[in-house]
Amino acid sequence: MGLLSDPSRRKVLTGLLTRLNTPICGMPVEWLVKAMQSRGLEVFTQSFSRKLPFPDENKERYMVRGTNVYGILRAPRAPRTEALVITAPCSPGNTNNQAVALLLALAQYFRNQIYWAKDIIFLVNEHDLIGTQAWLEGYHHTNITGMEYSPLQGRAGSIQAALSLELSSDVITSLDLVLEGLNGQLPNLDLANLFYAFCQKLGVLCTIQGKLQRNDWDTAEGYTHAAQTMMLMVLKQACGRSWGDHGLFLRYHIEAASVRGINSFRHYKTDATTIGRLLEGMVRKLNNLLERLHQSYFFYLLPSLSRFVSIGYYMPAFGLLAVILLLRALDLWVHLGAPALAAVDGVTEAEQPSSPGVLTVLTPVVISHLTGVALYLLPVHLQEMAVEHFPVSETEAVVLTAIAIYTAGLALPHNTQRLLSGEGTEQGWKVLKLTALLYLAVLLGCTALINFSLGFILAVTLVPITASITPHMPKALYALVMVLLSPAFTILYCVFIYQELIEAPVSVSEGWMLFLSVISQGILDHALYGSLVYPLLALFIYPCWLMFWNILFWN
Amino acid sequence: LDSRLPLVIFLHALTPAAARDEFQEELVIRPLHSGDIYASFQFRTLWDTDFLQEGQKVSHYRLFPKSLGQVLSKFSVRELHISFSQGFWRTMQWGQPFIPSPPGAELWVWFHDTVSDVDGNWKELTNVLSGIFCASLNFIDLTNTVQPSASFKPLGLGNATDHRFLRYATLPREIVCTENLTPWKKLLPCGSKAGLAVLMKSEKLFHSSFHSQAVHIRPICQDEQCSSKAWELRQTLNVVFDLHTSGQGKKEWSLFKMFSRTLTEACPLASSSKVYVDITDNPELFELSPATPLLGQAVVLGDRRTYSVYDLSRAETFGQLRSFNLLLRDMLRPLLHAERYVAGFGLQTGEIHTVIYNNHPYRAFPVLLMDSVPWYLQLYIHTLTVTSKSRDNKPSYIHYQPAKDRHRPHLLEMLIQLPPHSMTEVTVQFERALLKWTEYTPDPNHGFYVGSSVVSALVPSMVAMRTNFTQDQPLFSSFVPVKEESSYFVRVYTEPLLVNLPTPDFSMPYNVICLTCTVVAVGYGSFYNLLTRTFQVDEPSPPLSKRLANLIRRIRGVPLLT
Repeated sequence: MGLLSDPSRRKVLTGLLTRLNTPICGMPVEWLVKAMQSRGLEVFTQSFSRKLPFPDENKERYMVRGTNVYGILRAPRAPRTEALVITAPCSPGNTNNQAVALLLALAQYFRNQIYWAKDIIFLVNEHDLIGTQAWLEGYHHTNITGMEYSPLQGRAGSIQAALSLELSSDVITSLDLVLEGLNGQLPNLDLANLFYAFCQKLGVLCTIQGKLQRNDWDTAEGYTHAAQTMMLMVLKQACGRSWGDHGLFLRYHIEAASVRGINSFRHYKTDATTIGRLLEGMVRKLNNLLERLHQSYFFYLLPSLSRFVSIGYYMPAFGLLAVILLLRALDLWVHLGAPALAAVDGVTEAEQPSSPGVLTVLTPVVISHLTGVALYLLPVHLQEMAVEHFPVSETEAVVLTAIAIYTAGLALPHNTQRLLSGEGTEQGWKVLKLTALLYLAVLLGCTALINFSLGFILAVTLVPITASITPHMPKALYALVMVLLSPAFTILYCVFIYQELIEAPVSVSEGWMLFLSVISQGILDHALYGSLVYPLLALFIYPCWLMFWNILFWN
Repeated sequence: LDSRLPLVIFLHALTPAAARDEFQEELVIRPLHSGDIYASFQFRTLWDTDFLQEGQKVSHYRLFPKSLGQVLSKFSVRELHISFSQGFWRTMQWGQPFIPSPPGAELWVWFHDTVSDVDGNWKELTNVLSGIFCASLNFIDLTNTVQPSASFKPLGLGNATDHRFLRYATLPREIVCTENLTPWKKLLPCGSKAGLAVLMKSEKLFHSSFHSQAVHIRPICQDEQCSSKAWELRQTLNVVFDLHTSGQGKKEWSLFKMFSRTLTEACPLASSSKVYVDITDNPELFELSPATPLLGQAVVLGDRRTYSVYDLSRAETFGQLRSFNLLLRDMLRPLLHAERYVAGFGLQTGEIHTVIYNNHPYRAFPVLLMDSVPWYLQLYIHTLTVTSKSRDNKPSYIHYQPAKDRHRPHLLEMLIQLPPHSMTEVTVQFERALLKWTEYTPDPNHGFYVGSSVVSALVPSMVAMRTNFTQDQPLFSSFVPVKEESSYFVRVYTEPLLVNLPTPDFSMPYNVICLTCTVVAVGYGSFYNLLTRTFQVDEPSPPLSKRLANLIRRIRGVPLLT
């Protein structure tokens, strides 16, 4: 975050990045084309370009231009209806050279085999996820994110499964499997099982979330270890971003996972041949599939590679939380209905208080949602204005605008009170709370169905306070509690917990910096890949939380 | 002399019919630009019989297979084309095949215009052919049969244009293997005992990149004046061998390497038996052993090619063919090329894109595009767009027959003008239907196939085509009749599509849910019924005999029975 905070340095660096982006990150396209052609593949290239909404300071890119190279190994006597994809991101520098080399070696070996029933696509993509996104959109002829790309020339039917290779060094001690994809989507569990089975067979150390499996399940340490692994998975899934190239395939109903080589300086080392054999085994198994992977679970949490928690076990936990909201709403409904019941007896005035109730509810609902819309739209659109008036970089401008709008939303109760003609009635806040409770229950329920982890984390932080909130509570204390349990603070806690779990604890200021970058990444993920977490939080969860904030300050 | 006379007369009566039956066999070997080897067998049997005469019962078979002859006369077939292919012909790498075919099985038949129940004949015919070729042609029914109006014209004699007598169907999922090859070989007069068919060892034929076998039956003229007519049975078998995997990097081949057999003799029944090796691309660098003095030229698919010809009916030709130092020339892009894919994601809608390339530098030509799409992809025909060079290209002829759910597929035929050196894209959106649960295949998550679309065109030729008809023309250049010198007929098939439909989870939890719901529904229903029903004591009605007796008693005035 601090890299580009000085405006003069920022301008120079941005200019440099814009001009030099292509040469710096240049991939040896011609060499790759020749290398693939000499291995007997049908080779095609795809060029793409993308201007980010604001500079990405983590990856140092703004105007991205690149080329994907892919070679198709045509299966003999197959009608081009099915394909498998093996992809290796070719990043600037030497970071993933091993993976590209392994990919080419696999291509050479696979070309001489006769047992292929599905075409195999070897894809070397530039600019990691942006390249993958461009290729996938080109392959399926869609345009979700406003990417500019040249149309693909060669295709191989419907893609059944994909594997992404990332080898960071030439010495590999263990292999890590990454499953979390865009919007918390997960591939079929059979893909993870396949990887685990081959690791066991070949004696390769395999990890998930970078954590080795322990065999002592019964002991307290073993249990905590597994719980930590699962907690990491929950956090990674909840943030809704793609944790590897595989994550973008999942949108297209292609089962995909990333295999990441880790050098953790252990004594035990795995050579490239073993990794090649592992991949060959996996690809051959996938090649033999008659149907898409569908038989096993799509919703699961993994405390280790060999054990999983199925949806049947974790969903009740969420269900119990959501039931609190519904019961509370039912309670309010009964309370609200009581005077209406009295009206049946012949008293006509009893109906009158409920009619302004609807109006009083409508105003806060509309205003909170407008704040949400502002939080969603303004940060990216106002960045130029912010950069002109304040000495900050674009990225900082976006994040700080978002935080400013978020904080400004808290001032709303006083404004809405003035807008109202009369003062808030007892009936008014009850109707508002009933609406807000049902709204939150529906929101959390839908979120948990798509991305359980996100729904669960939000439910844990939001449900207790929202269920108990009334205007008759000590305002200062409860305002503090509400702010501390608001969505933004939840993100902050998640950052700290995540750092703690990956055994890289951070200080408060570092944590704050990470928090800022997480927000900018969230906005970027939404713009680049269509991740839905940022719009969900800005357009729905935050307005819903504002409605409860309104109840607390109801007069 | 007197004693000989009856014999001479007898011979005279026999020979005109018998001698005109003819059998020719031919193998063309063509090294492809991609380094693969294309081997194409063609066997032609002529059956000299007057098929157009009404009511004539044919019972004499000499070279023509009896099983097919009986089928022809029983179902009043005018023309029959059937092909089985395993793999996809890669037009961009391999150029045009001599006779194209789509992946899977394809069958198209013209019936005589005397047939009254075409659909019934078609149904029976597919079942009979299914038995003859050991294939699942019996899966052809009305839901995948179409009647194209323009794309499939008769290739033989006669000017039938009424497409009510045409039936066309493809089975893109059909898998071709040895059990289809054996009955196909049995149709040959020599079987696989002698002649070129000796080379057809299934172990090698199915160890290739592409395999296609076909049977084409049509009526043709015996001579240029068309004074006499005959049935022609053409059996073709096309194989592409992958030298990359089998050759260990060397670009050399021999008949033995490809087929693990060598030729020893021609089929004794054949009037001609020849092997052609295409040496057009590099006549000097091509070394054939044994060398042949015979060189032949043929104009095929708009290109003049030179061939080394080996006549197997001569004794001195036997040996192995091999070549060294194959130099590859720059790839000539095929003039017409098409591909197809499904765009979009999700299980609700999608878009079929068909891309047709005209690689001719300056000539525009029209093509006929035929698409037959199963009913479970519900096409939105109003979304049909045809664009060339990012401009709207309005088809000059559209024939569209909408599908009927569970009864017939969509049929879309269009005549599109392709601008020179252009890419034309045809798109149409569709919605995926939700099938009834019994309609899913046993492997529903594999997806559902949509057959290849067919692009037929008269492509401008680089060299003048020969329009005159001669007997000595090689078989591979004489299949499609050439009507004009400047163009030749090409048919290109696109790849079939594999489309996933919304599929219920047929696994254990699904079954549990279904079962539980049924049990709950039955339990709740009967319980509810029991709770809400009001019980009454019902007077049993007296039996019929008692009622009759009472009736009589009432008439008689006697006290009634109780």
